[in-house]
Amino acid sequence: MKEDVQGNSEVLLECEDLYKNLGLGDSCSHVLRGISIEVRKREVCAVAGPSGCGKSTLLYLLGLLDQPDAGEIRLLGQPMTQSTEQERSETRSRHLGFVFQFHFLLPEFSALENIMLPMRKTGRWTTGQMQSRAMEYLQSVGIENLAQRLPSQLSGGEQQRVAIARALANSPSVILADEPTGNLDHENSIRVTELLIRLSRDNGQAVVIVTHNPEVARKCDQTYRMQDGVFI
Amino acid sequence: MLMSLTGIVVGIGFFIFAQAQTSGFERFFIQTILGTNGALRIQDRFQDTVRAMDVGGGSGDSAFVITQRESVKYVEGIETPQALSSAIKEFANVSGVSEVLTGSVTASNGFRTQNAKAFGILLEDYLAVSNLEDQIIFGTLSDFRVTPTGLIMGSRLAHRMEINIGDSIVLEAAGQKRRYAVSAIFETGVSDIDRERIFLHMGETRTLFKKPHGASYLQVGLLDPHRASLDADHMSMVLGHHVASWQEREKTWLDAFKVLRFSSALTMVTILLLAGLGMFNTLALMVMEKTREIAILRSMGYTRRDIGAIFLWQGLLVLCAGSVLGWILAGAVTLWVSHLPFRVTGIFSTDRFVVHWSLWHYVSATVIAALVIMVASLVPARKAAYLEPAEVIRETSG
Repeated sequence: MKEDVQGNSEVLLECEDLYKNLGLGDSCSHVLRGISIEVRKREVCAVAGPSGCGKSTLLYLLGLLDQPDAGEIRLLGQPMTQSTEQERSETRSRHLGFVFQFHFLLPEFSALENIMLPMRKTGRWTTGQMQSRAMEYLQSVGIENLAQRLPSQLSGGEQQRVAIARALANSPSVILADEPTGNLDHENSIRVTELLIRLSRDNGQAVVIVTHNPEVARKCDQTYRMQDGVFI
Repeated sequence: MLMSLTGIVVGIGFFIFAQAQTSGFERFFIQTILGTNGALRIQDRFQDTVRAMDVGGGSGDSAFVITQRESVKYVEGIETPQALSSAIKEFANVSGVSEVLTGSVTASNGFRTQNAKAFGILLEDYLAVSNLEDQIIFGTLSDFRVTPTGLIMGSRLAHRMEINIGDSIVLEAAGQKRRYAVSAIFETGVSDIDRERIFLHMGETRTLFKKPHGASYLQVGLLDPHRASLDADHMSMVLGHHVASWQEREKTWLDAFKVLRFSSALTMVTILLLAGLGMFNTLALMVMEKTREIAILRSMGYTRRDIGAIFLWQGLLVLCAGSVLGWILAGAVTLWVSHLPFRVTGIFSTDRFVVHWSLWHYVSATVIAALVIMVASLVPARKAAYLEPAEVIRETSG
């Protein structure tokens, strides 16, 4: 159920009547049962609900990391459900950015190199250009002085900021964040949420945040509450 | 990964080294036999004896003939060596022909009596089909050339009879004894030859054996000795003489070298396979350990092919590094061993390890390593490529 609606700009990401089952036979679990959602430009949506309600599964489907059993997903108006593996990979590279609960930075690479990884895939920029873009994103999340540090040399909050900068690397249309504050203390949780909201406002991106933190959900433009695979 | 790389380096290095030394000794052996007994030996003349059975039917329609080869009759030696030599020289691959008359003799000096084999030769012809000139270790060929009763004898025979250059010995054959002076002593390294062979001028040999005509065999040199089998078949068919190629004569030893080369290659390939297995394990483990990173890369838009390529690149890097280091190791060990003093006599004579440098050894070792590494990398790479990112992230996030 929508709690809050803000703005009426163009729809960047939407899904309609999504179904997803996990497992087979007797162990089959109906994780999503007819989910529909619309996310607009500069809009920050929260999907909130208890553990196991299907919110992360929804995020992976919206992020084209998984395929729904039924329903349609449209990104920038393009239907994606029937797209090929190659098309989904290209779309992820160009239009989607992910932030995960455990930051998932590659431990062998510095903060700067981690941010350059998505850029390398596109092949659009030279190494110098990638470095300068990565530095800009580090500045936008306020940790440009930590560019050369390895993830193990950063605090949890700093690691999550690097992960957000990495999600922004290819200037995606949509950022999908799976419990981005789940591993942070209260102060850092608020900072990271505010950062995501600010970046959405500044860059015109749509942001979907999966969370079970009510304080994070309250800060978002609208919140979808989920239980047993449906919005309530 | 370091262990796998080490295995690849050792496998490539010692594969090349093993091939270098086995093929080195094999080639040296071939050089020795070509330099002593020549590429071809033309011996007895043969005549086919054919038995035919002619069965005639009453009407004549059912008449048929059964032709059955019963046997081959051999006529010992060469009856007309000059005529046959002329005919042989017409073959394109022939570089020289030398008639040889041979027979058993008893050699004696004041010290000892030994059984030996005398080989009557026309020196210049024989030098064209052998390496006798290079095999002289004492005395000179020029002395033999100007001394009608001179002889050249094998080093082992000379050693047994305690003979030096200029000494005289008596050869006894066909009921007569004749005295000769030792002009030179040769060593082929082939112990069977060095302990019984004595070279005499052809005229003297004819006198000694009371054989004014003919020859025991013709020794033929070839421009391309590796075509000897083909030429032997061809000549045998055209000339009606038994023609033995060096490959046929030395089949036992050549087979032994082949087995040796194959078994050493097999041992080294086993090392490469073990290295490949190690590498497979390492990469498979890496895939298991890096599932989270793989899923993250997939979420950034890296395709299955990109992920597979990462692991194949690792294999390629190991192959490149392993090959270069393996080549260096092989080159260094081969070079070092080629300078090692190593006295061998028996089937050939050498004072050092014989090696053969061949680019083909390096190429074949690298190709085998590439195949092993490709197979070892492909399976983990494929496994990595087909990991489902959502599943991995879901599991990792708990």
